[in-house]
Amino acid sequence: MSTVIDAPKKVKKIKAVKSHGSDRAFTSPIASAVVTVIAVLWTIPTFGLFVTAFRPNEDIRSTGWWTVFLHPKFTWDNFHAVLFAGGGSIGSQGMIPFAVNSLAITIPAVVLSVGFGLMAAYALAWIPFRFSDHIFYGLFALQGVPLQLSLLPLLTFFATGVKLFGVTIIPSLHIVGTLASVWLPHVMFGMPLVIYLIHNFVAALPREIMEAARVDGANHFEVFRRIVLPLSIPALASIAIFQFLWIWNDLLVALVFAGGTDDVAPLTLHLANLSGNLGSHWENVAPAAIFSIIIPLIVFLSLQRFFVRGLLAGSVK
Amino acid sequence: MVTWSGLLSNAAPKLFQIFAVLAIFFGIYAAAFAYGARIKGKSQSKIALVIFLVPALILAMTGLGIPAIQTIMESFKNADSSKWVGFKNYAVAFQDPEIVRTFINTFAWVIISPVIVTALGLTLATMLNKMKREALAKTLIFMPMAISFVGGSLIWKFVYGYNDPGTPQTGLVGQILTWLHIDPPHLLLWSPWNNGLLMIVYIWGFTGFAMVILSAAIKGIPAEIEEAAQLDGATGIKMFRTITVPMVRNTIIVVLTTAMVGTLKLFDVIHTMTGGNFKTDVLSNRMFDENFVYLNYGRGASLAVLIFLGVIPITYYNIRSLRAERKR
Amino acid sequence: MKKSIKLTVVASIVALSATMFSATSAKAADCGDYSQFGKLSGQTVKIFAGIRDPEATVMTKIFAHFTACTGIKIAYEGTDQFETLLPVRVKGGNAPDIAIIPQPGLVATMVATGKAVPVSAKVLANINKYYNPAWKSFTTVDGKVYGAPFGASSKSLVWYSPAQFKKLGVTIPTTWAQMDAIAAKFKAAGVTPWCAGIESGAATGWPSTDWIEEMALRELGPDKYNMWWQGKLKFSSPEMQGVMAKVQAWVGTQAQVGNLQSVATRKFQDAGVPGLKDGTCGMLQQASFYSSMFPAGTTFGADKDANAFYLPPTNTKFGNPIEGAGEFPVAFNSNVATQRVTDYLSSPVYATERAKAGGWTSANSGVPLSAYTDPVLKVVAQSLQAKKGAIVFDASDLMPTAVNGAFWKEMTKFYAEGKSMKDVAAAIDANW
Repeated sequence: MSTVIDAPKKVKKIKAVKSHGSDRAFTSPIASAVVTVIAVLWTIPTFGLFVTAFRPNEDIRSTGWWTVFLHPKFTWDNFHAVLFAGGGSIGSQGMIPFAVNSLAITIPAVVLSVGFGLMAAYALAWIPFRFSDHIFYGLFALQGVPLQLSLLPLLTFFATGVKLFGVTIIPSLHIVGTLASVWLPHVMFGMPLVIYLIHNFVAALPREIMEAARVDGANHFEVFRRIVLPLSIPALASIAIFQFLWIWNDLLVALVFAGGTDDVAPLTLHLANLSGNLGSHWENVAPAAIFSIIIPLIVFLSLQRFFVRGLLAGSVK
Repeated sequence: MVTWSGLLSNAAPKLFQIFAVLAIFFGIYAAAFAYGARIKGKSQSKIALVIFLVPALILAMTGLGIPAIQTIMESFKNADSSKWVGFKNYAVAFQDPEIVRTFINTFAWVIISPVIVTALGLTLATMLNKMKREALAKTLIFMPMAISFVGGSLIWKFVYGYNDPGTPQTGLVGQILTWLHIDPPHLLLWSPWNNGLLMIVYIWGFTGFAMVILSAAIKGIPAEIEEAAQLDGATGIKMFRTITVPMVRNTIIVVLTTAMVGTLKLFDVIHTMTGGNFKTDVLSNRMFDENFVYLNYGRGASLAVLIFLGVIPITYYNIRSLRAERKR
Repeated sequence: MKKSIKLTVVASIVALSATMFSATSAKAADCGDYSQFGKLSGQTVKIFAGIRDPEATVMTKIFAHFTACTGIKIAYEGTDQFETLLPVRVKGGNAPDIAIIPQPGLVATMVATGKAVPVSAKVLANINKYYNPAWKSFTTVDGKVYGAPFGASSKSLVWYSPAQFKKLGVTIPTTWAQMDAIAAKFKAAGVTPWCAGIESGAATGWPSTDWIEEMALRELGPDKYNMWWQGKLKFSSPEMQGVMAKVQAWVGTQAQVGNLQSVATRKFQDAGVPGLKDGTCGMLQQASFYSSMFPAGTTFGADKDANAFYLPPTNTKFGNPIEGAGEFPVAFNSNVATQRVTDYLSSPVYATERAKAGGWTSANSGVPLSAYTDPVLKVVAQSLQAKKGAIVFDASDLMPTAVNGAFWKEMTKFYAEGKSMKDVAAAIDANW
C-alpha cells in the first residue's frame, strides 16, 4: 500500500543516461548569481521593515524607508517602547511575556502534532489493514476544511460539552481561556497535513530494513522506536519547523480559544494590538515584527542541521 | 518596568505547563508502548493500530470531520441557521457576479501559484545543494515564512503602496518607476494584474516551504546514485532532469498538492492586502466575510463546502500521481 | 495592580488614624464617588472590546481605581478582531461578562442570540438622567434597553489647518455655501480642496459611507434618515439618489479630492496627515477621533496647529443635526459584580475621570465640560451632551451587517472602479 520509492530500479534507469559536460554545472557561477539575486529580492521587503523599525512615525508615513540612506535619521525609541515599556493592558513587562506565551502555546502543540502524526503515518504506511487507503485519502481530504468554520463548533464543544436531546454526553472540559484549549485545536487542525507530509517520508523507508526487523521478531512498537523514529528525524525536523511557524504566526485560533488576556495572549495578538486603536502606529508594529521573527529563525537554524545529518548517515532510500 | 524577577515569575508557571504536558504525553505513550509490546500474535497489529492511529483519527474528526458535517448541513439553511432553504445558498453563489469572480480568481490562484512556488523551490534547493553559504541563502529565502501576516502586510505596503506622482513615494515599486520617470500606477487597483501582484506576496512567503522540504529530499538521494550518474557524465541540467527530479518526484507531488490546498484556502494575503476589494476576492476570504462580517452563516457554509469540493480533484490527482509513482 | 494595593493600604491607614492627614488622603477621598458601587471582594468581571492601546492603557488605569475602591477586579481584553470574535464566543458559550460594542446592529445581533441581558434599573436611570434621549433608542430592542453609551464621538466635523485658512484669508464657515466658497479658494490657490482616504483594510470604504450619511441627514432630515437605515427608504429612491449626487459633487470628483483611485488606496489615517499641514489638501471631513492621527506634539485650537469645525448644514430646515458614534457596554449576565461595573461605566464617575485623561469624549452630561482640556474635544463634548437637538447614529452601523458591508464595498467601487452612484445604490439595495 505504501509509496516506497524503489531505488534500485531508478539506478538502472539512471545508468542508461549518457552525457557529457563540465562537472557540477549547478554550482557554477550562473547558479550562484541566480541564487544571490533571488536571495536579495527575497530580503529587500523584510529589510524595509527592519529599517522602518528605526524611523519615527511621521517619517514612516511621509517618505519611503530607502530615503534614510540619503538623510539618516534613526531612533531607538520604537524598540525601547515596544520591548521594555508599555503598561496597563499590554502588561508592564514589555514584549517578552507574550513571547513566553507564544512558546507555551507553540512547543506543546508542535510536539503533540508531530508525535501523533508520526505514529499515524507509520500505522498507515506499515501496518496493513482494511480501509487503510481510504483513511489516508479521507484524512487528505480533511485538509480542505477551512479551519475558520471549525472554530465555533469546537469552541461550543470545549465550553459546553456535547449535548444530545438535552442530555449531556460529554461534559464541558472547562479549559476555555487556558493554554490547553489552544494546544488541542492546533493539534487537531494540523493532523491532516502533518500526517500527509510525514507519510511521504515514512512510507519511503526501505522495505528491506522493516522486513528484516519483523523477521527478527521485533513488534510494531520496537520497529517504530528503533527504526522509524531515528530515521525520520530529518523529516520530523522540517515538518516541526513548519508546524512551529504556522502555530507561532496564528492569531485566530488563539483569539477564539484562549482569549487575548495578558496571561495567555500570543505575540501575534500583541503585534496586532500594537498598531493602536485606529491602526496607525506602524512605528510600534515594525520593531515588534522584527522581534517576533527572532525565535522562529533560531528554531530554523538549530533544526536545519538535522536535515543533512540524519539522511546522509543512514541507509535511507 | 521590565524586571528580571517580573519576567521570571511570569514565565515560570507557563514553562512548567510546557514541561508538564510533554511529560504526560511521553509518560502515557511509554506506558502504552510497554503494554502493546507485551501483546503477541495477531492482536498485536490491532493494538498497534489503536495506539498509533486512533488518537490521530479522533483528533482529526473532532477538529475537522464533525465540523465539516455540521457545515454541510448549515449550507442548506438560511442566514442564521433557523430554516432549511435547500440549494438556495448555492444558487446565489453561482449567480452573484461577485462570488463568481471569486471562483475565477481562486481557480487562477490554485493553478498558477503552486506551480511557481514548487518550481522555484526545486530550482533553489537544487542550486543551493552543496553550494557555499548554503545556510545563509536558505535562511534569507526562508525568512518570510517566519513573519506573521500583521508584519507581512506592513512590509508589502512599503512595496506596493501608492502615492500620487510628484509626492514622496512610500512604495518601493512606485519609487523605482518614479526614478525611471514613469508615473506610478495604482498597483493594487490594476485589475486583473493585481491578482498577480498578490500572488507574488504569497510566493515570497511560501517558497521557503517548498525549498526546505525539497532540499531535505534532495539530500536524501543516495550518494552512490549521484556518483554513478556523474561517472556516466551526467551534469547540470541533465543531472537535474534525470536524477534529481525522478528521485524526489514524490516530494514534488507532496509540495505541489500542499501548495494547491493552501491556495484554495488562501485567506491571509487577500484579507490583509486588499480585503477582497478591487476584484481580487477569493473563495476563502469571501467565506470569512459572509461568516464573520455579514453574519450569513448559510452562505458562508455553502462557500466552505465549495472549497471542500475543490479539494476533491486535488485528492484525485494526488492519488493518481502517487499510484503512478509506485508503479515506476 | 501595585497602585491598587497602595490605595487600599492608604484607605485603611486613614480609617485607623485620623491624624494621618497628608497628601495621600486626597487620593483616598476619591473613593467617595465610588462608595455608590459598594464593596465586593473576590469577584472578577471580564470585559471584551475592540479598544486597544494607547486608549486601552488609559482605560485600564482608571479601572484600577475602581478596583481599589470596590474590590471588584476587571479583566480587560481588547483586540482588533472584536467584531469577528464576539459572535463566535457568545454562540460558543464563552461570552464575556461585558462586551463594549460599537455597532447598534451588533447589539441587536447579540440580543437575538438570547445571551445579552437588558440594563439594570440603575443604568437605565443613568441613561434617562444624563443622556439625550436619542442615545437610548440606539440599543433599544423590542422595548428593552441593552446598553448605555460609553465613549461617544461626533462624526460631523471638518479638520483644517488654521495656518492654511489664515493664508487664504478665510474663517470657519457656518453654512455649506461658505464652505464651498473656501473650497473654491483652495482650488484657485492650486490646492486640492478636500483631503480624502478611505482605505481601512478589510473595512475599506467606511469613511465614504459617513459622507453619504452626513449629506442624507442634512438634506432629508433625521426622520427620513431613520427610515433610510431601517430599509424603508431605498438607496435607489429619488431622495437618496439626490443625496448621493450631492456627495459626488462634494467629494466625488477629481477637482474636489484629486485622483479618485488614490482616495480608494489612501489609508484613512493618512488622509489629512501630513496633507493638511503641508497644504497639499485643504479640509478633511472626519470624526473627532481623528485628533489622535496627528503627530505627537500637535496642538489643537483656533490658532494652533490643527483645528476642526462643525460640518455646516446645507439648508436651514433641520437646524444643526449631529451624526454621532459610540460604544455600548452590553452585559451577558446579571451577576452583582457585572451590574456594579455596568453601573459604574454608565455613571459620570468613570466618564469624568476618563475625559480628564484626554483624547476621549462622552455624551454623558454629568461630565463637567472643564474635564475636557482639548478645545476641539470640548466643543464636541458640548454638542454630544446637548439634551435637545437631533443626534443620529452612524447609519451604516445601524443597518444589518450585510447591508453595511455592501455599503462600504460598493462605495469603494465608486472610487476604485468608477462605478456610478446609481449602480452602487442598486447593488447595496440588493442586500436588503
